[in-house]
Amino acid sequence: MNKAIVSGIVAAGIALSTLPWLGAPAFWESFLYLLFHWIILAVSWNILSGYTGYFSFGHGAFFGAGIYGTAYLAGTVGWPFLATLPAAVLVAAALGVALGAVVFRVASVRGELFALLTLAITFVLATIILNTSIDGGPGIYLLGVDIPRLGPSPAASLYMLGLVSAVATLLISYWIYASKFGAGLFAIHDDEDVAEVMGVPTYRFKLYALAISCGLVGLAGGIHAVFISYVTVSETFSITVPLSVVLMSILGGSRHWIGPAVGAVFITCLLYFFTSGDFAVFGRAMVGLILVVVILFMPTGVLGVFTNWRHARRKQQAVVEPPPSHEGVDGQAAPVVRLAAKPVISGEVLLQVRGLTKSFAGLKALDDVTLEVRKGEILGLIGPNGSGKSTFINVVSGHFKSTAGEIVFDGKTLTGLDAHRFAQAGIARTYQIPRPFGHMTVLENVAMVGMFGGEGMSRAEAMKQAEEFVAFAGLSHRAHVLPEDLNLHQRKFLELARALAARPKLLMLDEVLSGLTPSEINEAIEMIQRIRDRGTTIIFVEHVMRAVMALTDRIVVLNYGGLIAQGAAVDVMNDEQVKAAYLGKAHA
Amino acid sequence: MTFPSLNLLLQSILSGVFIGGMYSLIGLGLGLSWGLLRQINLAHFGFVFLSAYLSYHMVSVWGLDPLLTLLILPPFFFAIGVAQQWLLSRFKISPFNSLLVTFGFTVMIESLIQYVWTADFRKLQSAYGEEKFKIAGLFVPVPELLTLLLAILFAFGVWAAMRFTDIGKAMRAMAEDGPIAAAFGINQRWLSLMLSGTCVALASIAGVCFALTFTLTPTQIFSWVGVVFAVVMLGGLGSALGPLVAGIIIGVSEAIAMAIFAPSWAPIVSFSLLILMLLFRPGRA
Repeated sequence: MNKAIVSGIVAAGIALSTLPWLGAPAFWESFLYLLFHWIILAVSWNILSGYTGYFSFGHGAFFGAGIYGTAYLAGTVGWPFLATLPAAVLVAAALGVALGAVVFRVASVRGELFALLTLAITFVLATIILNTSIDGGPGIYLLGVDIPRLGPSPAASLYMLGLVSAVATLLISYWIYASKFGAGLFAIHDDEDVAEVMGVPTYRFKLYALAISCGLVGLAGGIHAVFISYVTVSETFSITVPLSVVLMSILGGSRHWIGPAVGAVFITCLLYFFTSGDFAVFGRAMVGLILVVVILFMPTGVLGVFTNWRHARRKQQAVVEPPPSHEGVDGQAAPVVRLAAKPVISGEVLLQVRGLTKSFAGLKALDDVTLEVRKGEILGLIGPNGSGKSTFINVVSGHFKSTAGEIVFDGKTLTGLDAHRFAQAGIARTYQIPRPFGHMTVLENVAMVGMFGGEGMSRAEAMKQAEEFVAFAGLSHRAHVLPEDLNLHQRKFLELARALAARPKLLMLDEVLSGLTPSEINEAIEMIQRIRDRGTTIIFVEHVMRAVMALTDRIVVLNYGGLIAQGAAVDVMNDEQVKAAYLGKAHA
Repeated sequence: MTFPSLNLLLQSILSGVFIGGMYSLIGLGLGLSWGLLRQINLAHFGFVFLSAYLSYHMVSVWGLDPLLTLLILPPFFFAIGVAQQWLLSRFKISPFNSLLVTFGFTVMIESLIQYVWTADFRKLQSAYGEEKFKIAGLFVPVPELLTLLLAILFAFGVWAAMRFTDIGKAMRAMAEDGPIAAAFGINQRWLSLMLSGTCVALASIAGVCFALTFTLTPTQIFSWVGVVFAVVMLGGLGSALGPLVAGIIIGVSEAIAMAIFAPSWAPIVSFSLLILMLLFRPGRA
């Protein structure tokens, strides 16, 4: 269906490009120009904020950078108008990248804090432009700027520029939406930490999204400078631009590539027809009222409501399908996932951890841990609550950077790298409390990891492979529902399928069995055995000792962050220190 | 860049303290609802202006004493705050969406103001308006002094209430973890309604002070958003005394920047402080 919309947009673009030669009243050119203008602003905002969830209130700043880029170069320096447009794009994008390079490093500046920070940037930029020779106070007149003839009149030329830019923006928005890059952005939106651990280079992706978003809005600014022909700081950097853009996107649906355009058309028409004439005040009040009503009654926007409706329909269809036999578990319904005949534990070391230490403000959660994991084995990692097991997984998956020590995996030193590099090297993990990407279906969740984990795949390949892993985990009948509709047992299996989709060399399972019933535990144990049989090395963190004894080849015991014993399960269990750690010492 | 005389510098520091009082009086209610209710109430600014216009109207048209409006308006705005909180909690609004919804309210308030009082500049003329006295060579305008005193009074009042009363303790517990607080018998719903009412009542008090000191025009609403946000974040969300200190710091640094550079450079001080704050101490927010 999206493809049809894309063709529709291109066709509409071609049809609209004939308008200036049809002799329509000049009103239509300027009205449609404004429509294009707002479409570019809203859609470009959405590429950053809708897709990644980083709500920017700084669109006014990037817009202003574009406006003043063109105004200064064309009006003050005297460049030809068309030559200033690439400059406007570059200035706005560079401003965005410079900002993002700093801000995106600070993990806690998300949500409303990011919104505020970008708002503050707007005012800072406005103050600088107002007080320097770029503007200096009186504003810049652009009436003398030559507009190249792209149509029968100067107004028609601007109309054509707006049209082309709007169509291009929509196509870029769709391209990102449908690409692997876009899948990464949506993962950042849902859970940035998990996205990074699953192999999405979050920092780089956020910067790209910001640069594209800023570049497009800079283009809109550059064109608009000449359209309004008199540029002032107070008009350019007013709060109107960022807020209208947010409003349009939310109204249309910010998780959809065309949602903001729908919102832009609606609001622009509303404002145009209400604010011209005597109803200006009512028009504004009406916009406020619509915003309130929309957020209260459809917080996901018009297209969001539509998408939810489609999910709901799929869910109903899913119920009609026959319930699963234990097909995933006895291994017959997953033919493509080949099982090796016999596990082979080689002497070769896959993961080597030396002197690994992690401190949280003085508390040593991991204290000088040294261990090796050999290819093909299942290593049990046990210890009382708070002994550092989860910290170990968080450090070895790259989520936490170690305070000291070294991590060598498959011959590569990973110490200090970003988490997505760990994932790309072939390390995958599950979360004790499942953390699926909330707005993606089960299948999309699994495909996401196929795209970014390990060596990575194209989007199409990953989608195809995901079906196999979903079947392997016995979730085929739930493939198209959202994670919120799964029960705990299914979510845990989704975690497994997702980790497997990375085709990891090392899989770290963080208490996958907790909260499951005894028969579900049996199922899970079988599945873990089958994963190992495929040649995957596993670190298995668990409290369910029955499973630990049944599955593991070797056990490592942590206590207070330090390694206190390792060896075969039976030996370790009889170790005095281990007994003391679990049961306490007798005060004799 | 010119260095002003010592007297001029002191005078501008003093005016910075006064404007800081205004910032903190507006910021107090905003920060409380942000920190304790997790709502970013942009409408707070709308309420400040609505209250300022109502005060103007009561004084200029009905001939009331400005200080009397300080008693009449807060209960009325308390009710508005309660109603708003009822609406937001009824729809379980997330912090981010609260920003958007209350922006919608603000636009509606702005339109209402523009419809009733037009976009013209309005100035409340009262007996206190122009009054000032001189201490140690420095002019002290009475309305600004009143604003500062009220800001101090309410900051300490709220601080004491939060610290020493049971309701205050319950509110802090609710902000920490609502469901757990509710499990221990705290009536979250009622507390939120009261708290929101209080915050909006504080906005109306700030509004009356605003009318006493500033010329009113509806489009000014949004020009206060940035600097007051900076004050609230610098002072710490949900803190009572924080905004007072932060408001005065920002007010004074702005005033010094104005005196040494040019008045138009002033915004850069508060926003740079806000940006640095967000980048280096985001945990406070």
